[in-house]
Amino acid sequence: MRVRNAKDLLAGCLFLAFGAAFLVLAQDYELGSARRMGPGYFPVVLSIVLMGIGLATVVRSFVVPGLPVRDIAGRALVLVTAGILLFGLLIERAGLGIAVAALVLAAAPASRKARPLSALLLAAGLGGFCVLVFVKGLGLPFPVLGSWLGG
Amino acid sequence: MDILANLATGLATAFSPENLLYCFLGVLLGTLVGVLPGLGPVATIAMLLPATFALPAESALIMLAGIYYGAQYGGSTTAVLINLPGESSSIVTALDGYRMAQQGRAGAALAIAAIASFVAGTAATFVVAFLAPPLAGIALEFQAAEYFSLMVLGLVASIVLAQGSLLKALGMVVLGLLLGLVGTDVTSGTARFAFDIRELNDGINFVVVAMGVFGVAEIVRNLESERARELVATRISRLMPTREDMRRSVAPILRGTGLGSLLGILPGGGALLASFAAYALEKKVSPRAAEFGRGAIEGVAAPEAANNAGAQTSFIPMLTLGIPSNPVMALMIGALILQGIRPGPNVMVEQPRLFWGVIVSMWIGNLFLLVMNLPLIGLWVRVLAVPYHLLYPAILVFASVGVLSLSNATLDVHLMALFGVFGYVLVKLDCEPAPLLLGYILGPLMEEYLRRAMTLSRGDPTIFLQRPISAAMLAVALLAVVAAVLPAVSRTRAKAFAE
Repeated sequence: MRVRNAKDLLAGCLFLAFGAAFLVLAQDYELGSARRMGPGYFPVVLSIVLMGIGLATVVRSFVVPGLPVRDIAGRALVLVTAGILLFGLLIERAGLGIAVAALVLAAAPASRKARPLSALLLAAGLGGFCVLVFVKGLGLPFPVLGSWLGG
Repeated sequence: MDILANLATGLATAFSPENLLYCFLGVLLGTLVGVLPGLGPVATIAMLLPATFALPAESALIMLAGIYYGAQYGGSTTAVLINLPGESSSIVTALDGYRMAQQGRAGAALAIAAIASFVAGTAATFVVAFLAPPLAGIALEFQAAEYFSLMVLGLVASIVLAQGSLLKALGMVVLGLLLGLVGTDVTSGTARFAFDIRELNDGINFVVVAMGVFGVAEIVRNLESERARELVATRISRLMPTREDMRRSVAPILRGTGLGSLLGILPGGGALLASFAAYALEKKVSPRAAEFGRGAIEGVAAPEAANNAGAQTSFIPMLTLGIPSNPVMALMIGALILQGIRPGPNVMVEQPRLFWGVIVSMWIGNLFLLVMNLPLIGLWVRVLAVPYHLLYPAILVFASVGVLSLSNATLDVHLMALFGVFGYVLVKLDCEPAPLLLGYILGPLMEEYLRRAMTLSRGDPTIFLQRPISAAMLAVALLAVVAAVLPAVSRTRAKAFAE
C-alpha cells in the first residue's frame, strides 16, 4: 500500500477529525427520537456521515493518484494571521489607529516586494484614514485611544 | 397585467434617489473589485455587509446585487487588457479578448463585452420578472418535507457542479452544515458546540466565515506567487466595434443570453458555469470556429452575455425559494436574515418593494455599467497599476474593521484569522470552499425542516417520498449524483473544467 494522493489523504483525515470531534461533543446533547429530535440528533447523524466520507477519501488516496501538496506560503500565512490577531488584541488596549498600523506592519513583510518605508507610510496612512472615516465620520464605537493610553 | 403593476412597483422603488445612488455605488464598487485581481465579490460583499445594516433592506440588497454583476464586468476588463481574469467567470473571456487586445482591438472587445452584458442583463431582468412569481406560487404550497428535499437538491447540485472531487465537495457540504449548527438550538434552547463562550451562543456570524475562507485565505494564496502584472494593451485607440463586429456578435449574444439565463436558475449554477458553457457552445455552432482562441469577437460576446445573464437569474431561486445557488447568493440570504427577513416565497408577497425593486435595479445597474464603463476604462487601467503589496494590507484592514463592527466582538476578528488558516488549508488540499459556505448557511434551516417534517409524519422517514414534489426533487438529486459518477459523464465534466 502506498499513498498516491497526499491531498486526499490529508483531506480525508481532516473530515475524520472534524467528524469525530463533533460526534464527541454532541454526546452532551439529548438525542431524542426520529419523531422528536433532540439537539443531538442532527449533529450526530451528520458527524457519522462526515466520518464515512473521510474514510472513503482516505481509502481513495491509496487508489487514485494525485498531485502532492506544494508551494505552501508558510511565511505569508503566519504573518497575515499574526497581523489579524494583533489587530484583535490591540483594538481595545491601544486603540484603532495603533491596531490598524500594527496589522499593516505585521502583514506587509508577507510580500517579497514590500519595502520598510512603503509599509510605514501605508501603516500611518491607513491608521489615520480608519480613525477619521470610521470613528469621526461614521461614528462607529471603536476606541481611538485604548485603555493603555488612557482613552 | 400583473407583471406590469409589479414592475411599476419595482420602478418606483428602484428609481428613488437613494436607491439609484446605492445601485450606482454597488456597480462602481463591483467593477472596482472585479478589476482588482485577488479580491472577489464574495469577500467584498462580506466586507460591506456590516455597512448595509443601517440601510433599509431593499437598498442593502440593491447595492449588494450591484456589486455582484458589476464584478462580472470588471473581471472581463482585466481579462481583456492583461490576460488576467479578475473573476473566475471571466476566464473564458481572456481566451479571445486578450488576443483581440494584442491585435490592437481592445476597445472593440471591451465595447462588445459591455453591449453583450447589457443585452443579457435586460433580457434576464424580464426572465426573473416572469419566472419568479409562478415559482414562488408553487413554493407557497411547500411544507417542511418539500423544503428539506429542496435543500438536499440544492446542495447536491452545488456539489455536482463544483470543480474537482465530488467526494471532497460532499465532505465540505457536511462540514459546513455541522459548523452552521454552532450556537443555540432554536427548538430546545441548548447551546451547542459553544464551549461556554458567551459570544458563540448566537453562532459564528457567516460574514466571519466568508471573510476568512474567501478573503484572508485568498490573500495568502495570492502571495504564494507574486507575478508582475503587465499592461500589454495600453493603447486603446478605437473604442467602438465595427459594423462587421456587431453583425457577427448578434447571434452569439442571444445564444449566450439564453444559455446563461437557463444555467443561472439551476441550483449550483450562476455566472461561472454559464460563461464556460456559452463559450463551448459557440465553438461548436459558429461558422468561424477555427478563429476561436485567436481573437474571435464571438468568443467575447457569448460568454460575457452568458455570465451576466447567469448572475442575474441566479437570484430566482434565492428570492423565491430562499435557496442559495452559489456563495454570493448565500451571502444575500445571510443579509436578508440579518435584516429580519426570512428568505422564501413569502418575500414576494410581504416585501413587494424589496422583491421588485431589486429586480428592476438590476436593469438600471446594467445601464449604469454600459454608460459608465467605456468612458472609465482609462481609470480602471490605472487602478490595475496599484501594486498588490500595497493593496492586500488595506484589504486586511477593511476586513478586520468590518468584522469587528458586526457586533463589536474581538472574538470575531480572531475567528476570522482562524477561518483564514482553515481556508488556506482547504485550498491546498483542493477542497472547494463554496459548498462549505452553502452548507453553513443552510445547516440550521435544514435541521429545522427535518425536525418539523419528521414530527408531522410521526417519525416516519418515508414522508419525503410520499409527497410527490419532495420525492421528485430527491429523485432529481439522486439522478444528478448518479450521472456525475458515471465514468462517461465525469470525463466530460473534467474536460469542461479543464478547458
